[in-house]
Amino acid sequence: MSANAPILALRNVNKSFGPIDVLHDINLEVRAGEVLCLLGDNGAGKSTLIRILSGVHQPTTGAIEMDGGQVSFPNPRAAADKGIATVHQFGGTFPLMSIGRSFFVGVEPTKGWGPFKVYDRKKANAIAVKAVQDFGITRIDDGDRLVGGLSGGERQSLAIARAVHFGARVLILDEPTAALGVKQAAHVLRIVNEAKRRGLAVIFITHQVMHAMAVGDHFAVLIRGAVAADFKKGEKSREQITDLMAGGETMADLEKSIDGYMSTHGGHPPPPAH
Amino acid sequence: MTDSKTTVPGASAGGGFSLQNIFRRPEAGAAAGFLIILIFFGYFGVQNNFLTALGTSTWLNFASKVGIIAIPVGFLMIAGEMDISVGALIPAGGIVLAMASELYGLNIWLSLLLSLGIAGAIGYVNGMLVTRTRVPSLIVTLATLFVVAGLNIFVSKKLAGTTQHSVQDAGPVSEFLLGDYHTLQFGADDAPFIIFQSLQSSFFIWIVFAIICFFVLHLSPWGNWIAAMGGDQQSARNAGIPTNRLKIALFMLSAMASALVGMTEAVLANTASTTTQFGMIFNSIICVVVGGVLLTGGFGTVTGIVFGTLTFGIVFQGINFTTFDKDLNLLFIGALLLIAVLMNETFRKMATNWSSSKK
Repeated sequence: MSANAPILALRNVNKSFGPIDVLHDINLEVRAGEVLCLLGDNGAGKSTLIRILSGVHQPTTGAIEMDGGQVSFPNPRAAADKGIATVHQFGGTFPLMSIGRSFFVGVEPTKGWGPFKVYDRKKANAIAVKAVQDFGITRIDDGDRLVGGLSGGERQSLAIARAVHFGARVLILDEPTAALGVKQAAHVLRIVNEAKRRGLAVIFITHQVMHAMAVGDHFAVLIRGAVAADFKKGEKSREQITDLMAGGETMADLEKSIDGYMSTHGGHPPPPAH
Repeated sequence: MTDSKTTVPGASAGGGFSLQNIFRRPEAGAAAGFLIILIFFGYFGVQNNFLTALGTSTWLNFASKVGIIAIPVGFLMIAGEMDISVGALIPAGGIVLAMASELYGLNIWLSLLLSLGIAGAIGYVNGMLVTRTRVPSLIVTLATLFVVAGLNIFVSKKLAGTTQHSVQDAGPVSEFLLGDYHTLQFGADDAPFIIFQSLQSSFFIWIVFAIICFFVLHLSPWGNWIAAMGGDQQSARNAGIPTNRLKIALFMLSAMASALVGMTEAVLANTASTTTQFGMIFNSIICVVVGGVLLTGGFGTVTGIVFGTLTFGIVFQGINFTTFDKDLNLLFIGALLLIAVLMNETFRKMATNWSSSKK
């Protein structure tokens, strides 16, 4: 296995729900230490693609390959066992649990013997706080704090740190910055960079081109269930990517038509269409 | 604690004892509510023996029966589910015990196991229906409430020809453990020093049960799973928690706890009836909510539920010790519930916003 072989690859993946074809012939690859940005408008098939990668859905035809060998994920657990971690928009954490407890949910560290095994709060808190601080979130210093008291960015960071701690090799981030403010989003992007520096393969799903360009090495644009463009960093400008995502109708054209309207209507924008 | 740089990561606060630490605990609301209610009824009921050992036993005995059911119902609520079939499982527990021991001459302990087994089976059905169909548990258990209530009467009449069963004394050990009055006092008979007086066996069962449940919910890893399930079921399943099996186990626990309460009542009163205890459904839910459990799941404590049950017990029974009009009883309970929910909300916000490095 050469160092540059993809960790995870999709080969001609199709997915249909009954008569509706959602994904057509998807070919994607992601390598260790690389961020693949998956761009697309709402309804382009991003969510279905994530669900296939994380084992929620299975492809109708086509194959998933890991380290060059074909694999299948019959359920989310199987994908997680192979080192694929999915972090959802709100972090997928539990608001009324402490940081330590939510970090270790399902794999709680215990001390003691037999039926009297007790949850090791001190150990869990110390490991969780260290893992998050290693990602540069120094504001989290008490593992007893409830997750609900953290900001959106901190929750994302906690979820990413958790995935990395438990041995994730591929990190799927589902619109991590969509619900965040500018500063918080920058925070999350720094953490994406940190994960990449540690040699993880990151699949970063977003529709914010700015965020994608800040961290991406490789870009794929999905339009109506197909990969419309697949290019490397620096090959396309921000305007070109935005135009691609809009599905052919260029932003420039749109701006021009609005400008034209405004110049003939005394500077007023067009009335709402509905 | 004001300087975050000097705190050891993860090990700060928590262990120490300070006012701030008390108020960041969400069950603080339930404990504070209990104290207020205790002082209130203690003041207005002192002339009528509210604070004597016998007066205390009155509401403790009442609270213990609700309490045994409230803890597993609370577990279910923390896990994001409801169980209202308990109202029919209390009489079911009692009549199965009565019929097995009286009608078929079964040993009292075998009858008890049989009764727990049948209750467990009903709980299993509840759990299976909820996890398989994904119909809300409120509706599923509402249905089983009526199904079991109907079965109670039907089977009772078919097998014994009556809906009222007698339960004979089945021996000193079972009486002692399940349904008797206990008194502990020292000193001379004419001026005894009373520790407790006329406490029913169910009180001691409740305390032991609460300690076991406290261990499960707060010390063992299982407690984390229950809370995770109610907080975010999808994430909990993805984290490898067997959510379905755990949920079924919780439904079985609440059914068996209800049957146990029915059995303690049957042994104590030497009679068992098929009457469905609709009141206990609401009572258990009130105790759980007053105890600070989040109605939408994801959070709750055993300590909170126990305090909630004690508070409810005082309010329900305490009015008899005061000079207030007894007809106001239900109004008091409604007000208690409302105040408790509002207080819990405040305490929960304080707990969520708490941070060791508040600037």
